[in-house]
Amino acid sequence: MSKDYTQMWGSIGLNLKAHEGLLSVLGDAYKGIYLSQKNRPGGMDYFDFVISEVHGLRIEEIVEAKESGKKVVGTFCVYVPEELVLAVNGVCIGLCAGAEVGSDEAERYVPRNTCALIKAFLGFKLAGLCPYVELTDLIVGETTCDGKKKAYEIFDEITRKVYVMELPSMKGEDGRKMWRNEIRRFADKLEALTGNKITLEKLRESSKLVNAKRKALQRLSALRAADPAPISGLDALLINQVSFYDDPVRFTAKTNELCDELEARVKSGTGVAPKGGPRVLISGSPMAIPNWKLHAIIEGSGATVVGEESCVGERNFRTLLDEGFSSVEQAFDNISTRSLTVDCACFTPNSERLDNIKEMVTRLNAGGVIHYALQFCTPYMMEAYKAKKISDTMGVPFLRIETDYSMEDMGQLKTRVGAFLEMLQARARA
Amino acid sequence: MISAGIDIGSRYIKYVLAEDGNIIATEKKETGHDPLGTCHSIIAHSARKRPERIVATGYGRYLLEVHGDIHTITEIKAVAKGAREVFSSCRTIIDIGGQDTKVIALDGKGIVSGFEMNDRCAAGTGRFLEIMARTLGFSIDEFGRSCSVHKDVTKAIKINSMCTVFAESEVVGLIAKGVPRDEIAAAIHESIASRVISLVKRIRINGGVVFAGGCAMNHCLAKCLSERLQKPLQISDRPDMLAALGAAIYAAS
Repeated sequence: MSKDYTQMWGSIGLNLKAHEGLLSVLGDAYKGIYLSQKNRPGGMDYFDFVISEVHGLRIEEIVEAKESGKKVVGTFCVYVPEELVLAVNGVCIGLCAGAEVGSDEAERYVPRNTCALIKAFLGFKLAGLCPYVELTDLIVGETTCDGKKKAYEIFDEITRKVYVMELPSMKGEDGRKMWRNEIRRFADKLEALTGNKITLEKLRESSKLVNAKRKALQRLSALRAADPAPISGLDALLINQVSFYDDPVRFTAKTNELCDELEARVKSGTGVAPKGGPRVLISGSPMAIPNWKLHAIIEGSGATVVGEESCVGERNFRTLLDEGFSSVEQAFDNISTRSLTVDCACFTPNSERLDNIKEMVTRLNAGGVIHYALQFCTPYMMEAYKAKKISDTMGVPFLRIETDYSMEDMGQLKTRVGAFLEMLQARARA
Repeated sequence: MISAGIDIGSRYIKYVLAEDGNIIATEKKETGHDPLGTCHSIIAHSARKRPERIVATGYGRYLLEVHGDIHTITEIKAVAKGAREVFSSCRTIIDIGGQDTKVIALDGKGIVSGFEMNDRCAAGTGRFLEIMARTLGFSIDEFGRSCSVHKDVTKAIKINSMCTVFAESEVVGLIAKGVPRDEIAAAIHESIASRVISLVKRIRINGGVVFAGGCAMNHCLAKCLSERLQKPLQISDRPDMLAALGAAIYAAS
């Protein structure tokens, strides 16, 4: 980190001693997993810097934004429309939920067999380790899975800042109407929070900005189709993770710069692994920062991850918002329609997801699918069955993984992934 | 050529030394706290012959890759090779080791075409059997021979819990009720077999089924599995050595 932020962290209310420990563990992990990679694109320097300042410079920026009167809105889910937050001049931040932190604290409130992501967002707050959550003025939950739904009640008891959007379980006419109402209700909430009116002009501006970010991420995704892949799955995952909390304009510019470099790499046939090596698509639960576990195992075993069919991945940017609206109400219609194209396993039925897995396997030329479910993430654990079926019909090998953030099953996972890659290589030879 | 396969498992290190495909020596030692030292001593001393090529497999294979510059393959590929070496038409393998249970499907050429593994805990594995044997006061050898189901099958007891810790307290409860330990032992083996069968059901069984891994030396478990599969199981003289054998064969190729 470029300077000493201890005073800032203290004033935010972090647990300084524990926080120091977290940063040192994170730094070591980053060095071991990220900085040891070979043939990284130069454009990753920016993202390395962002990570090194994840609790530093970015927090300072947010503190400054708050001092200038802006409100900070924390979210956990891609269904929560960033356009609306930006339209009231808010700062939209995806909150910390990707490390095994404060689980003993969290387990005072939730059962032991709760998914790691939920335990982590409670744990980060309870252990005083997430500066972002401390800086929020509003925390937006959503009724996706049962675990999150109930955890938000508890989170509200702890923070007094939680607002919940009611996401339907089905995408029929009633569900659509309900979600459209929820978009309106959220807009009202944001206006009340900030005192800023959501105008057509503001919405046009914010839609353009968020779409530009999505387009940059789409560009990155498309470039990973090349063989050899111009960027590692680890690096691409990191960029997707950073997209949730970096300044959106700067992030978009830096991602596009990186993509220019990747285009040149693709043209010259430069990649991160030898051409013709095993390529894997990951499909399933989100991987919140700093959850790099599965990518690290797969790429450490000699394959390249070429896509994430995930909320931290394709689900976040696959569909653009239709910017052709001419009134605020129409903009709300389009926002509501766009979010309902997202194929989360909390919906029933969710056949779009299977089409999307198929599309990604084909487009990215993946030789195998690794289905990733956080343990106790019932919707994705259940959908693994259908994801396997679609992979079987395509003749693509499929591996089902259920795990959490802890390191105790590393040996077992390495064996599973290793044997899966041996299988892919044997098929490639045959 | 002399080749060797070394299988560093969670409980034991197994070693097979082969000359032109024929086994000339086998070793088995507890993994203990210094697996690397144990590996080096086995490799240096076994049959007084240094292999020209070694391949490592098993849970601890990376130790040798990092410290010995030795090539590694996963135990899934290794046991597939070993099983095919002994049973040339085998298409399905059930491998129960110290901490993992694996069910492996092979294609007609013996290439792994799919596999299933138990989830992260020790339930349904060799370690579970060891703990249960100890709770009942059996040695491992006795444990695999001492199952007896109640004569009236409807009165046969069941162990429902699949968590090692919970199952142990269930067993303690049964002991306290005065249930004969042979009946409890039978129930424990049945409960493991049912767990393994649920993995088997995810894989299509095709042709002969080989039972591999240290637990294949447990007669009671083999019987339970065979009954549930309604198929005889193929068990080699040294089922615990199959992965090391596969690694030795792979090393020679």
